[in-house]
This record gives sequence, C-alpha cells and structure tokens, in this order.
Amino acid sequence: MKLEGKVWRYGDNIDTDVIIPARYLNTFDPKELAKHCMVDIDESFAQNVKEGDIMVGGKNFGCGSSREHAPVAIKASGVPVVIAASFARIFYRNGINIGLPLLEIGDDVNKIKAGDVLKIDTSTGTIEDITTGDTFHAHPLPGFVQDISKAGGLINYIKEKGDLGAD
Amino acid sequence: MAMNMSEKILARHAGLQSVEAGQLVVCPLDLVMANDVTGPPSIKEFEKTGKPVFDPEKIALIPDHFQPAKDIKSADLAKAMRDFARKHKIKHYYEAGRVGIEHVILPEFGIVGPGMLIIGADSHTCTYGALNAFSTGVGTTDLAVGLATGKAWFKVPEAINVHLTGKKPQNISGKDVILTLIGKIGVDGALYKSLEFTGEGVKELTMTDRLTISNMAIEAGGKAGVFPFDEVTKAYIEGRFTKPYEPANADEGAKYSATVEINLSELKPVVALPHLPENVKAIEDVGDIKIDQVVIGSCTNGRLEDLETAAAILKGRKVNDSVRCIIIPGSQAIYKEAIHRDWVDIFIDAGCVVSTPTCGPCLGGYMGILSAGERCVSTTNRNFRGRMGHVDSEVYLTGPYAAACSAIAGKIADKV
Repeated sequence: MKLEGKVWRYGDNIDTDVIIPARYLNTFDPKELAKHCMVDIDESFAQNVKEGDIMVGGKNFGCGSSREHAPVAIKASGVPVVIAASFARIFYRNGINIGLPLLEIGDDVNKIKAGDVLKIDTSTGTIEDITTGDTFHAHPLPGFVQDISKAGGLINYIKEKGDLGAD
Repeated sequence: MAMNMSEKILARHAGLQSVEAGQLVVCPLDLVMANDVTGPPSIKEFEKTGKPVFDPEKIALIPDHFQPAKDIKSADLAKAMRDFARKHKIKHYYEAGRVGIEHVILPEFGIVGPGMLIIGADSHTCTYGALNAFSTGVGTTDLAVGLATGKAWFKVPEAINVHLTGKKPQNISGKDVILTLIGKIGVDGALYKSLEFTGEGVKELTMTDRLTISNMAIEAGGKAGVFPFDEVTKAYIEGRFTKPYEPANADEGAKYSATVEINLSELKPVVALPHLPENVKAIEDVGDIKIDQVVIGSCTNGRLEDLETAAAILKGRKVNDSVRCIIIPGSQAIYKEAIHRDWVDIFIDAGCVVSTPTCGPCLGGYMGILSAGERCVSTTNRNFRGRMGHVDSEVYLTGPYAAACSAIAGKIADKV
C-alpha cells in the first residue's frame, strides 16, 4: 500500500485512555469513537484530521488498556497508518489484527515533525519525509504476521485460511 | 534445553519439546475471557468468522466494567453479552449479584490455575501469572478468533528475571513491590517481554501480594508476570481449582534477558504520581499533597487482605472531612466476608462509601468520577491523564495501607 499524508505528531507513552477515553467506551461504533479520538490531549485532532493524514508518536505508543476501540478510533478518523519509536504490545497486535499498519522506526521518529508530509510504502516499510528529504525504514513484521497484515486483518485471514496456523 | 516459566507453558501448549524467545507459535488456549466493554465487539467480530464457539466450558464472559449498568448504552452492551452467553451456553457467565471483578473472581472461583494458557480481552489478564499461569491481554479481534478457534498466536517473549530477596516489612504490600519495580524499569521496561519472579523473597509474598504484582506487569509493558508454583500457590488453589494441573517452574539455567534485584527488606511505602505508573516516589518524600477522594478496590487491590488492611487503619477513626473514601470489594464473597468480620461497619462508621463489586471508577466509568483539579489516592493500576474523570484531575497510586492512611489524613500519608 502506498500512502501520502500530513503528520499529526504526539509524544511518548500515548496511552489508550487518551486515544479514546473510557467514558466513550459504551459504544463500539467506529464513527462515534472517531469523534472523540485524542480529545483529552488534542481537541483539534477529531475536528481537523483529514482522510489520509498520518499519526506519529514516540515510544510505547498505545500503552495501557487492551481496548481495540483505540486503533479502531484512529482508523475511523481516516488515518491509514501510525508510525512510532515503539508500540505497546497489545496495541501492536490490535493494529495488525484490524488491518491498520503500524510502523516501528525507533529513534528515527524524532526527525519527523508535526505537519511534515510523508510518503509511505507499507509493503516495504519505507518512509520518505518529503518535507525534510529524510528516508526511514521500519522493522519488518515477523513471519506469518505479515500474512495477517496482507489479508487486511485477522478476521479476513481466518476467513481465507479457515483456522489459525492451518498451514 | 533449559526453559523459563513462560517458555515452558508456551512449549507445552504448542506441542513442542522446547521453544525460545522470538519464536512464533500457535497454541490451543485453556481459557478465553472478555468483559462487558470488550465482549460485545468481540462477539460481533466472532460472528464474521461464521464458526461456532470452540468450547463453551472454556469461555468466561464477565460483566464488571460498567455493570450494574451505568447508562442505557452500557445496558445494551450487557444485554449483547448476556444474549450471546445464553445462546452459546457459556459456562462462566455471571449476573450482577453473583459476579465480581473479573480478575478477582476467576482465581476465587477456581477457573484459572497453574500451567494454564489464557487470553483475555482486558490488559490486566496478566493477573493470573500469580497462579503460575501464562496469561495475557489481547484486543477484541484476537479474542474473537480465540472464541472461534480456541487458539492464539504468540511470539515467545524474552523474560526478565525479577529476583526477590529479603524479608518483607509489615507495612509493605505487593503494591509497593510492583510500583517500585515499575519505577526502576519504566512503563516500557518490559515491553514485549514477560516478567518472571524468582528468589527467596517469593515465599514472603501472600497470594494477594502476588495477584497485585502480576496484575500490574502490563504497567511495565509486560506480556505476562509469572510466579513460580510453591506452597502458597498450592494452599490457595486447594478446594478451588479442581482440574488436574501441571506446574511450570523454571529449569536450572533458564534464559533471562536481564535481571532486576529487589530486596524486600529495603522497600518503603511508595506512591506513583500523575500521570504515569513509573513516577514512583517514597511517600515520606512527597510532602503535603491534599486530596479529595480515596478509592480502595479494583482488580489490583480489591481482595480480602486489602480490605483487612484498610479496616485495621479505619477502625475507630474518621475519614477526613475533605475526603470521599470509596471502598469496593472485588467479589460478592469478599463483600460478604467483610460484613461478617464487621469491616463494613468500620468503613461506614468511618464515613466511607461501600459499593457493590465493579471496575467503576478505576477506568473513569462511574462510582467516583473526578472533577477538574481534584486529586484521588487510589489502589487501582493506572494514573494516566483523565483516567478517572476530568482531564485535569490527578490520580495517585498506592497500596491499601497508604490509601486508608491518606483518607484519614486528607493528604497523601503512610502513617496514622
């Protein structure tokens, strides 16, 4: 998948309570969740995010609760990919499972600033910062996790293969 | 090959002689668990697979987060899960009045035990590591596939050896141990890794201490927090967990990616300051921090021993005029026992609220939401911004001893 979009930049340890606060968890309608995405730290995000914009965070992005509402809210906001120094484990699985590509690039993330325009090839993990001219490479997904990602998520993978690890 | 506890449980379930860190395995699961927040979306995803549930005996659906229902939408969530549980004859589904906080009742009811492999759509599913299980939190899609196939994929994690030594002082609980550890290694110190607790100090820890410690492994980013099987485990599961089981203690020479030493005798009562569980300080060093609310309860510290600690301090004393103290037993059995032992009398005489079991305020659901600028000392597990209410409120995490002392003092305290 080839993507191009403008960066919304956040810091370290962005937890799932700020991505989607628990007071909105009495629904799992993606559009409803998207209305409140990031609201506690950035009220402008839900109002101004455009289809194709890219979210970039620091280390341990998505820490905290296992709520899949968090990556769902980001995806439903129109964000097709999230880049971070590192992702919290459950959020990382959830992203892969719902077909939201997550690219982990370590300290290189510090070179990406709010408002930069990025060109991304999710199949190779190549990230080009058009604003600065820098290029970064994300760590590849391990083994059959790539197949889950290629299938567009775990439910599609199961529908295609019939079982987990059936190969 | 010498294996640690996590490797051993994953290898057995994968049907392999041995596994090592980094290896991807697909494993059959012993239990798949969800609650009223994560269950309904999991059910929706599950239905897309077009499969039946893999085994109604190995599924637990626990309505505890927003239940008894706090509003109409939460009632709808509970209903979706209830209808599903009835339709599929789910064995471990419990209604209000019989239910409690998931991570309190699953051990209490004997549903989880040693050597088991468990996923739960709740990040604190790592709690069951206290019982020598490998147990980890997942999202709704993993859970949905678990419901359909009874399987999950795992990357065998590297393990950190948390080596415990020394005697535990009387005013120190499991909460001080885990907060001290998170303060040392940080909120991502165990990212993608499991924490394994070893050493002579393990036997100093009660099952309540261990459940609190394993519960918060996730607050260091951990995939699991596993304790060895010993006499304390055996005594706890006696009469509760009736299935055959195989403990999984680490082999001599098992591999660990790092070792963290904690001498229990040197620990002090600590608090995690806003807004991360790693902002840990000794209570004696924080100065006067006035508070508005205290919460004693949750999957972290809502057990009998926690209430006993609180009752011992609150007995014959009054909650400070400026403080609301909310006490939430983790299960009906704990609630009932607290009544029998006259602790509920002590709490009410002291001026506390005593609630039915619920996750409620811990995640800012209900039953004690904070207003702008308010501060709460809480025995829960997270103090993220806005976690318990308004984005400008503050949560200070402590054990039950310090929480009860703080309720009386009206400020953060570890003495009365």
